[in-house]
Amino acid sequence: MAEKLGFYFDQTLCTGCKACSVACKDKHDHAVGISWRRVAEYAGGTWQQDGDTVVPNVFSYYTSIACNHCEDPICVRVCPTTAMSQGEDGIVTIDQTKCVGCRYCEWACPYSAPQLNAATGHMTKCDMCADYRAEGQDPACVAACPSRALGWGPIDELRAKHGTLAAVEPLPDPAITRPRLVITPHRDAQPTGSGTGFVANPGEL
Amino acid sequence: MTAATTEKPPTSGIPRRSFLKWSGIAGGGVALVGTGAAFGLLPGVGPANAVTSTVAGSTDEKTVWNACLVNCGSRCALRLHVKDGSLVRVDTDTTGSQDLDGPQLRACVRGRSFRRRVYNPDRLKTPMRRKPGTKRGAGEWEQISWDEALGTIASELKRVIADYGNEAVYYQYGSGVTGGNITNTAWTRLLSTLGGYLGMYGSYSTSQISFAMPFMYGERIESNSIGDTVHSKLVVYWGDNPVETRMSGGGNMWNAQKSNKDFKTRTIVIDPRYSETALDLADQWIPIRPGTDAALVAAIAHVLISEDMVDQQFLDTYCVGYDEEHLPAGIPAGSSYKSYILGTGPDGVAKAPDWASPITGIPVDVILGLAHEIGTAKPCAIMQGWGLQRQANGENNCRAVMMLPILTGNVGIHGGGNGSREGTIRFPLARFSIDNPIKTKISCFMWTDAIARGAEMTDIADGVQGKKKLDVPIKLIINVAGNTLVNQHSDANRTTKLLEDDSLCELIVVVDNHLTASARYADILLPGTTNAEEVDFIASEYSGDTAYAIIADQAIAPLFEARSHYDMCAALAAKMGVEEKFTEGRTQEEWRSELIRKTSASVPGIYTEEEFHDKGVFRVSNPDGTFVASKAFRDDPVKNPLKTPSGKIEIFSERLWKMAATWTFGDTKGDVITALPEYVATWEGAEEAKTNDKYPLQVIGHHFKGRTHSSYGSVDWLQEAHPQVVWMNTKDAEDRGIVNDDVVHVFNDRGRIELPARVTPRIMPGVLSVPQGAWYSPDAKGVDTGGCINTLTTWHPSPLSKGNPQHTNLVQIEKA
Repeated sequence: MAEKLGFYFDQTLCTGCKACSVACKDKHDHAVGISWRRVAEYAGGTWQQDGDTVVPNVFSYYTSIACNHCEDPICVRVCPTTAMSQGEDGIVTIDQTKCVGCRYCEWACPYSAPQLNAATGHMTKCDMCADYRAEGQDPACVAACPSRALGWGPIDELRAKHGTLAAVEPLPDPAITRPRLVITPHRDAQPTGSGTGFVANPGEL
Repeated sequence: MTAATTEKPPTSGIPRRSFLKWSGIAGGGVALVGTGAAFGLLPGVGPANAVTSTVAGSTDEKTVWNACLVNCGSRCALRLHVKDGSLVRVDTDTTGSQDLDGPQLRACVRGRSFRRRVYNPDRLKTPMRRKPGTKRGAGEWEQISWDEALGTIASELKRVIADYGNEAVYYQYGSGVTGGNITNTAWTRLLSTLGGYLGMYGSYSTSQISFAMPFMYGERIESNSIGDTVHSKLVVYWGDNPVETRMSGGGNMWNAQKSNKDFKTRTIVIDPRYSETALDLADQWIPIRPGTDAALVAAIAHVLISEDMVDQQFLDTYCVGYDEEHLPAGIPAGSSYKSYILGTGPDGVAKAPDWASPITGIPVDVILGLAHEIGTAKPCAIMQGWGLQRQANGENNCRAVMMLPILTGNVGIHGGGNGSREGTIRFPLARFSIDNPIKTKISCFMWTDAIARGAEMTDIADGVQGKKKLDVPIKLIINVAGNTLVNQHSDANRTTKLLEDDSLCELIVVVDNHLTASARYADILLPGTTNAEEVDFIASEYSGDTAYAIIADQAIAPLFEARSHYDMCAALAAKMGVEEKFTEGRTQEEWRSELIRKTSASVPGIYTEEEFHDKGVFRVSNPDGTFVASKAFRDDPVKNPLKTPSGKIEIFSERLWKMAATWTFGDTKGDVITALPEYVATWEGAEEAKTNDKYPLQVIGHHFKGRTHSSYGSVDWLQEAHPQVVWMNTKDAEDRGIVNDDVVHVFNDRGRIELPARVTPRIMPGVLSVPQGAWYSPDAKGVDTGGCINTLTTWHPSPLSKGNPQHTNLVQIEKA
């Protein structure tokens, strides 16, 4: 059986610059409105004010997220046309000849990874740059990151090296789809479901 | 270009993205703030005229090296993928290491969007002139030929030089191709061959520190490199934000992250914002009221002196003016730094933490803790950013911060530094530029004054250099690859009014790729090529302990009628009879070969031009390991004196002492020159904010990830990734009933901008930040819907350098 592939994300290094997202758009020639990789800013905390002085007790960090090529890909399960399928390497792809653009996958995916191309009427999604990988290159987002915060590879190897954490706010509970994603958490990372902060940039997602 | 790149954004249907499943979504999406050009009368510009390739049917497929040339302080390599004459993909450096030495020059988000900058609906396509009889800036244009455009410029240059002299010609500050070599200096080379032009000193980035630091050190000297912090016990980023302002994956962001990750040195960030440097690297974040840095320094100094943590031997050996025993002869008693700090000087105020606390907004115990850490960490690296000097009396702020390494003896040693900005080694690249024969200069910020009242401007009132006073006002402006004519200068509403009057400045030539806010005020508008359409030879900038050269090869033919700066200047030179002097008989490509040849004479082992085409980037590592500022002076101050009059660090500057007595100022609060780096309360400063009921909020303009200044400001991918917003603290928002993503107005007596609010705990209460560089776009009511910070800033210069105080502003904010 082929090794299943996943992404690694070092949250301690992410600056929210979105070079990953734009490199992906450039590689796949996407217009505004389609971003296979997006970056959420999560922030929270309080300020103490005492007269003229203030003391912050605040936090913020970023999460760069694409399709996680999940162990239980809900997009594949809900697709009414069987356009969505998972390969032996775990990569989830869309058969454009079958997709009718109903967007059920987009709605069902807790990461909203599949996205509609309004021009073609079909769904689109990350394939971890299959063409690049076939040529021995890293996926565009991974190669782009100025901070070297992204990685990819066989998920078993990534987990052996970096642990198994994927449950960081504002990401959903990994139990839903079992994402092939490993995160080295930011020092202020909040556990999924803790609700201690808020997504500061909802309009950018 | 391929069909897909002109694809319109999907407009049908509401996204069904299920982010509501994510925790913490407070509201729905927000529309992008439109900054596109709404100037329908301009032929050929606008979304309806989206760019297509000029080369059809060819089958070439290639990848060439190039570089991003904008003024971020980094310099990234780009790999341009070309198919059928069109750019189809923009990659970045594929060479180099993943380490501090010789890193891969991974382009940031802006460089990665380069294709949309080249193929942009705002691209200027043909030369144009302002329609005769219409007001400058009205947006009515006529397409003209290159021959006519250059003919007009030639005759106007001749006329203005004959009528007013060369000092009436001004080459405007601009940095859109600052990383360029031939392309960045073609126009100044041409103007110099014509007898020169009114010069400028300073820059919109560093006016105050560039002017002030030489009074202390004899010249502006950058601090140790970030890589040198591997030797430090404490790192303080004081208003310094390399992770956000120098985002290259081979520049200072990378150096800061990598050294922090590998060595985990304790790091403190002082900034009104929880910047990305704070978010990524800080063990402690200390928010400070903008413009009060000198007060915090004074309080730290008070603790260091009171608790005997100063390096007295260093101060005695290397410095002038620390204590009464080391004042220059003839200076009154009580004028030393120590007297100022302890309150035994003329003001009689001890600068203890309880004095600084209400000014800076920092509690006494935090100041004490910071002072103890700086006083005991040996060695300690303090690096200051340039935001705190871009203030009403920023000259004193930046000099003040440089006092801390002096007091603690951290200057000139590994792991320490001089408290200026992080340093770098430079690549000795041969340059295309030649010197301006005219030596009269104004501050880069004073050109609006020089248009309005040039002949009144003097040395002691306005900072004119090279002459006691200007003889003539500015009558002709050449503005190349820059947006300072409107967007990046202060008080855009006032500036555009000035420019509208063509009896003052009689001709404005703008050369650019895009229809910027500045381009709208041109009389003659020339379409320049992007760097994808020409060749050049590029040097690294603030890269730390690796310096490098990048070859820039032409990827595609010039779009439409665009011409390179070199070619247009060569054609103009021919019209003015100086072609041979300008070109020396070479084409742009031949000049590049010449510059590579000249460079190779001083850089052993550098690639041949042939090798450069293939390998792209040639790197040189710092032979000393990591850069230490003023090491020779520290090692032997007698043999290697500084360039100050005393040869030492002048904490008390006798030159400033004299200037304080001779330079003239109005009665504006804060307009003073002090011999010591004192804290000065200023107009529209933190203290005034407390009593200003109308405009109680300070607003600064941080550098933004989606733009470099205003460059890349019209790129749709970047507007999507980094929409323009104003940062405001949660409490200030609650007080005004504002929630995240509400559209708000930020305003003062100078103007009003409209943009969404980013309600966030990441900025201190009482302070707003409007990311600088958004394109000024006033609507019919005069509301700037582009959200340009400079709609709110002022022409009033800082006192010593006559520089731009663009982070000193008081405003109010309300829901739109």
